[in-house]
Amino acid sequence: MSKISVKNMDLYYGDFHALKNINMEIESNEITAFIGPSGCGKSTLLKSLNRMNDLVEGCKITGDILLDGKDIYASNFDINLLRKRVGMVFQKPNPFPMSIYDNIAYGPRTHGIKSKSKLDDIVEKSLRNAAIWNEVKNDLKKNALRISGGQQQRICIARALAVDPEVLLMDEPTSALDPISTAKIEDLVHELKKDYTIVMVTHNMQQATRVSDKTAFFLTGEVVEFGKTEDIFSVPKDKRTEYYITGRFG
Amino acid sequence: MRNKFEEQLELLNNDLIEMGNLIESSIEAAVTALIERNVELAKRVVDGDKEVNEKEKEIESRCLKLLLRQQPVAKDLRLISSALKMITDMERIGDQAQDISEITIRIVQEKYFKELVHIPKMAKETIKMVKGSIDAFVKMDLDLVLEVIRNDDKVDELFKIIKEELIEKIREDIQYSEQAIDLLMIAKYFERIGDHSQNIAEWVYFAITGEHYKGLK
Repeated sequence: MSKISVKNMDLYYGDFHALKNINMEIESNEITAFIGPSGCGKSTLLKSLNRMNDLVEGCKITGDILLDGKDIYASNFDINLLRKRVGMVFQKPNPFPMSIYDNIAYGPRTHGIKSKSKLDDIVEKSLRNAAIWNEVKNDLKKNALRISGGQQQRICIARALAVDPEVLLMDEPTSALDPISTAKIEDLVHELKKDYTIVMVTHNMQQATRVSDKTAFFLTGEVVEFGKTEDIFSVPKDKRTEYYITGRFG
Repeated sequence: MRNKFEEQLELLNNDLIEMGNLIESSIEAAVTALIERNVELAKRVVDGDKEVNEKEKEIESRCLKLLLRQQPVAKDLRLISSALKMITDMERIGDQAQDISEITIRIVQEKYFKELVHIPKMAKETIKMVKGSIDAFVKMDLDLVLEVIRNDDKVDELFKIIKEELIEKIREDIQYSEQAIDLLMIAKYFERIGDHSQNIAEWVYFAITGEHYKGLK
């Protein structure tokens, strides 16, 4: 069974039909990249995977999104549990204006963990998994806003990992970072896929080819092509995919 | 869109056509020198190989630059990687024309024991293959690719005929053996030129389809 199944899904923002009949199987321990021009619906689908679109007024979704076979839009599905199981990392690093330690401990605390030694363990493990422990272990009390952008983004990844999620959604996680920080995040993502399912929106085609196992190409709310990354970037089946990835679109 | 890139791909095409023209005229000159026993022409073929080698280097560096600066994907990546592979075969064809002329320079001193009939035919067929394979690349034409591949059988068949003829000659009179072996080597070089042209056509097949050629259906 796929980790996430999207079946005959349509999404409307009021009258605007933003996603059209999406069908997609996202597998465990794989990195799936969403590519496509701005406004094609890729971030909209990403946000639908942990119901971030619920906050958007006039947003209506039909069809199904299943997590381990369970419909996440079912009325009895616990939305707090969903957001714990499906974490999100945004384009711009957005640490909370508090210490590095408190950033990471924030999620576990809201889920009721109070023991200091348990929180210490979670903070260390999460920072290690986000490949930033060695850089910040002596500065855990430092305000997270006072470290570099690349470090902030890894803090945000550590914060997402701290609640022990199963899926990580990443919306252009490196577009605001320099090449060295980008390489660190990409290496990290490679490591993380052993334990997590990762879905990443990226505008950087080379990044999609470097890190992802599968790629979905979106255009005007439709998934034009979805398949192995290697196939999409060497022998795309659809002319529109070919035009987009070779830069001949428009 | 990506006008600069398109422009550079056009230049790559032109370079390949130019290198194709160079090796075609080398083969043509090599066979003319052989038939007309023209040592001067054969020497020009030997010297001319430098130009082919330089062209190969030039195209190789153009391809590497394109890979580095444009990071091509899909059909662009297939086209550039095919071009990189093709020029190796084209350079080998140039070497073989040179090898033929080196033998020519040596054997024209004596009279041929028979009129050359099949070797010029082989030369004609291989030139057709070289032209066809480059043409197939420029036009990205799968029919032309398959035509080149089919033509290789004709070249192989001519090689077989020549080989049998030469064995017969040696049997007839042992004094023909040295010239017969030289002519056999020349025929073998033409047969190899046919193989390299087929390789080029197969790379064009890959550039067009994204799959490696697996034999005629």
